[in-house]
Amino acid sequence: MSTSPTPDSATDSATDSVTDATSTDRTTDRATNGATRDVTPTIEVRDLSVSYRQKGGYLDAVRDVSLTIMPGQTYGLVGESGSGKSTLALALMRYLAKNGEVRSGSISLGGDDLLAMSDRQLSEVWQKRVKLVPQNPLPSLNPSQRVGKQVQEGLVRGGKQEVLDLFESVGLADPLRVYTSYPHELSGGMQQRVMIALALGGEPELLVLDEPTTNLDVTTEATILDLISELIAERNTAVLYVSHSLGVVSKVCDRVAVLYAGELVEDAAVDELYDKPLHPYTQGLLDSVPRIGQDKSQVSLRPIPGQIPDLGDLPSGCVFTPRCPVAIDKCSEVHPGFYETGGRRSRCHRSNEIDEGGLEPRQPTDAAQTRAVRDVEQVLTLRDVEKNFAVGRSLFDTLRGKPVRQVHAVDGIDLTLHRGRTLGLVGESGSGKSTLARCVIGLYEASSGEMELLDMPLRRALDERDTEVLKHLQMVFQSSDEALNPYIRVGDALRRPFMRLAGLSRDDADERVAELLASVKLSAQYAARLPGELSGGEKQRVAIARAFASQPDVLLFDEAVSGLDVSVQAAILNLLGTLQEERDTAYLFISHDLSVVSYLADEVAVVYLGHLMEVGKTRQVLEPPYHPYTEALLSAIPLIDPNAKQQQIRLEGDVPSPLDIPSGCRFHTRCPRFIGDICVDKEPPWQEDEDGHRIYCHIPLGELKETQQRVFTFARPDTETQTQLNKQPDEEGVRG
Amino acid sequence: MAKYISRRLAFLVLTLLLTSVIIFAITQLLPGDVARVILGREASETALKNLREQLGLDRPLPLQYVAWLGGFVTGNWGDSYSTGQAIRPLVLERAGNSLMLAGLTLLVAVPTAVVLGVVAALREDSWIDNVISIGSLSVVGLPEFVTGVILIEIFSFQLGWLPANSSIRPGDGFVEALPFLILPALTATLVLLAYIARLTRTSMVEELQRPYVRTAALKGISRREVIFGHVLKNALMPTITVIAISFGWLIAGLIVVENVFNYPGLGRLLTFAIDRRDLPLLQAITLLAVLGFAVANLIADLLYAYLNPRIEYE
Repeated sequence: MSTSPTPDSATDSATDSVTDATSTDRTTDRATNGATRDVTPTIEVRDLSVSYRQKGGYLDAVRDVSLTIMPGQTYGLVGESGSGKSTLALALMRYLAKNGEVRSGSISLGGDDLLAMSDRQLSEVWQKRVKLVPQNPLPSLNPSQRVGKQVQEGLVRGGKQEVLDLFESVGLADPLRVYTSYPHELSGGMQQRVMIALALGGEPELLVLDEPTTNLDVTTEATILDLISELIAERNTAVLYVSHSLGVVSKVCDRVAVLYAGELVEDAAVDELYDKPLHPYTQGLLDSVPRIGQDKSQVSLRPIPGQIPDLGDLPSGCVFTPRCPVAIDKCSEVHPGFYETGGRRSRCHRSNEIDEGGLEPRQPTDAAQTRAVRDVEQVLTLRDVEKNFAVGRSLFDTLRGKPVRQVHAVDGIDLTLHRGRTLGLVGESGSGKSTLARCVIGLYEASSGEMELLDMPLRRALDERDTEVLKHLQMVFQSSDEALNPYIRVGDALRRPFMRLAGLSRDDADERVAELLASVKLSAQYAARLPGELSGGEKQRVAIARAFASQPDVLLFDEAVSGLDVSVQAAILNLLGTLQEERDTAYLFISHDLSVVSYLADEVAVVYLGHLMEVGKTRQVLEPPYHPYTEALLSAIPLIDPNAKQQQIRLEGDVPSPLDIPSGCRFHTRCPRFIGDICVDKEPPWQEDEDGHRIYCHIPLGELKETQQRVFTFARPDTETQTQLNKQPDEEGVRG
Repeated sequence: MAKYISRRLAFLVLTLLLTSVIIFAITQLLPGDVARVILGREASETALKNLREQLGLDRPLPLQYVAWLGGFVTGNWGDSYSTGQAIRPLVLERAGNSLMLAGLTLLVAVPTAVVLGVVAALREDSWIDNVISIGSLSVVGLPEFVTGVILIEIFSFQLGWLPANSSIRPGDGFVEALPFLILPALTATLVLLAYIARLTRTSMVEELQRPYVRTAALKGISRREVIFGHVLKNALMPTITVIAISFGWLIAGLIVVENVFNYPGLGRLLTFAIDRRDLPLLQAITLLAVLGFAVANLIADLLYAYLNPRIEYE
């Protein structure tokens, strides 16, 4: 265990003064009444270690963290899963799991020792001084109690009117209705607004936001982030904003602390951190995220190899050493203290070299994929595909002959996939993108429409398709946890398609399994493992290998990288690019994340309420003219660069129910460029320009192009560094 | 809500119709000729034939079914083959006795079990949780006739506090019957207790881990307010369904318990009817038991729907 505090103790006092200094700068920036150094920090954490009791000892989830948050300051806390960020955030409220324990260090809240408080004092702190906005609003609300009552309970004093006022202040349109609603009757965005109202009720000194937008749609996320920024600006509250998303943090925060395997590795003002990270891990995080406007032909992502270490088995010296591109001998021997400069700190032996510009702490990468112009053979064509589900039809409804109510989940979609190319499909949840993929693969039987695979008609019903079709068409699902049978070894799962679809003998199949594992960069030993013994990224590699086993012509990816940490996601995206390059497979890549889609896809289709809104080459979709819906989606993306300029276009309300699709243009109820009755009465025409870019809108393309500005300025492809470091391919998780 | 209730009632009628068919069919499959059972081994063929005609046993089965069901609905449940008594008053009186016993059992078992389950969950993995778990598990393993006999041995023979024989007289009210009810009710309670307690514990433990408990705690309200104001209601919702299901269990359990204690309830009447091949009696009892079970489930569902806002009445 590397928790020996000795190497740090020398630096810690200095650290605090540094943090104080910056914080004070911030405070003077903000405070109008001229408050300076005398301001008491809202939260001051010193050398905090939090552990979980386990069989056979303690697991040190957070180690030696020092952090100071001043009133009015917004601190971001960033890290991948397993970094300890939620533990740290809840520890600041002294709310730990039953088996959690603060092992050392101190937390002071506005000068009061939080750890020394009695239960009664702590209750008072929770009631008035610190508040939490959690990640998942729905399970965080009592399902069987009306929302108003629950918020009212959180108020120290105040009745219904105070609750209604709070609801109004967080932008809930109909406070009275919300007051009497049960949590499940509200949309995800409204639920989160309720949680924010609950948190603001006590006018807290410290507000902890724990991934408050992570499970929301990108459009809803944007409005919630706007609200949070606005509310923070109005108040002098100190905020700790926990997130795995660098983009979100850069949008909301003044300062960012980066956590890795329970240690604070870097801490800096937000623009400094993004401009010039001093810790190799921070650099790795930044390089793992596809930026909107960059695609795989310009920039290859630089994933961080390996995975976050097991807390029970931490590497000696610096915890990041095994994954660090610039590690030296000292790194695995001596646990580093903080390197400090100009109000920022970084826990790395080589930060001074990085700071002076002598060292690039970047991961190696593949060369960007220079793609030759290809033949445009069509491999999959969809024409007017529809999928309806009957709903709410009970036995009695049938007996009474009540007409069937239909959900039009997919409502007339035309798409074409070309050999060796990727078509990205984006849209909010409920847009029907997964349903479409399931119709293509045959898990659902499409209600109508025609599909063609390799010039052969593709039957809608799965049992009418022969196995030949399965060979050509495969799918990778979002949750490989659920898609892999936990009791079947990787090798057995991969052997099956070879034996069943290719008719190979067992020995031949085994040989191919080894090749296949190698192609997804897993060693042959993985064949003997069970899915439970794999990390998330490894599981997804196995799922991809399985899909590739039959050498399909078309692969469908349904949110295949969505649940993964950014460093792992980057490696998978690179892998998908390489495999496509080698095998000329066509991808249908479904994601809610436009940055990921625009990185990987050659063409993008935007879908709303089961209908396409815009189809075009990726470049075309990212530039005016946009469909107004695309414009809003792009504007909602939390850009990673804090200096980036982005238009603010926000969608009102929620996606309408697919049971009750709006007339005319189905987007008219939320359209920011609504032009009048025509949108309500008439279905828009498909407008197409000479390059095949198609937009489904009443506004003429020329007019759209004139009135729309670019939603953001493209990030510069960073070509200079890319060429220097083309050493070896990524190898996430291959070290075992 | 009214629409929901009427729909559920319609389902109840449908269920009963279906079970009546099943009950009728099964009783037809029982071996033995009813007429011979009634008249005895020595009866002449003519006598048998006459009786069959009189009872309608020579008619086609569907007609027999319709006649039987029609009679049941209009209150004419027929006469017992074996005693010649009218079935309805007999069965209703015994059903009243059984209901008394079942009611007392539930009254004792449910609150005790819920309290034990909640306490065990709140003190998860402590000694008290272990005592409750082990205690209730060891009791549930014993069948009713064993626990019944042990209780009789202790409370009747050793201590002499309560009667061993619970044969109450017809017309006895609850108060007169109470001393006779305690031991059978206790026996039946022990059967239900462990099941309901363990389920309450599990559901409570699960509920305590939900994020809304954290939200409530972080409002700074007391633990008591968190438990009583938020957790308990949600944790008890699954218990309601289980109580309704265990009502069916209770009916089955009472058959044994009533026989052990010689208690004049529906259960003992049932064994009597089976013994004597008394088809009309058997059918009436079974249908009534099914009705009781169905109504208990209906009440549980309505209660659940009332307590759980996530259930839609549509």
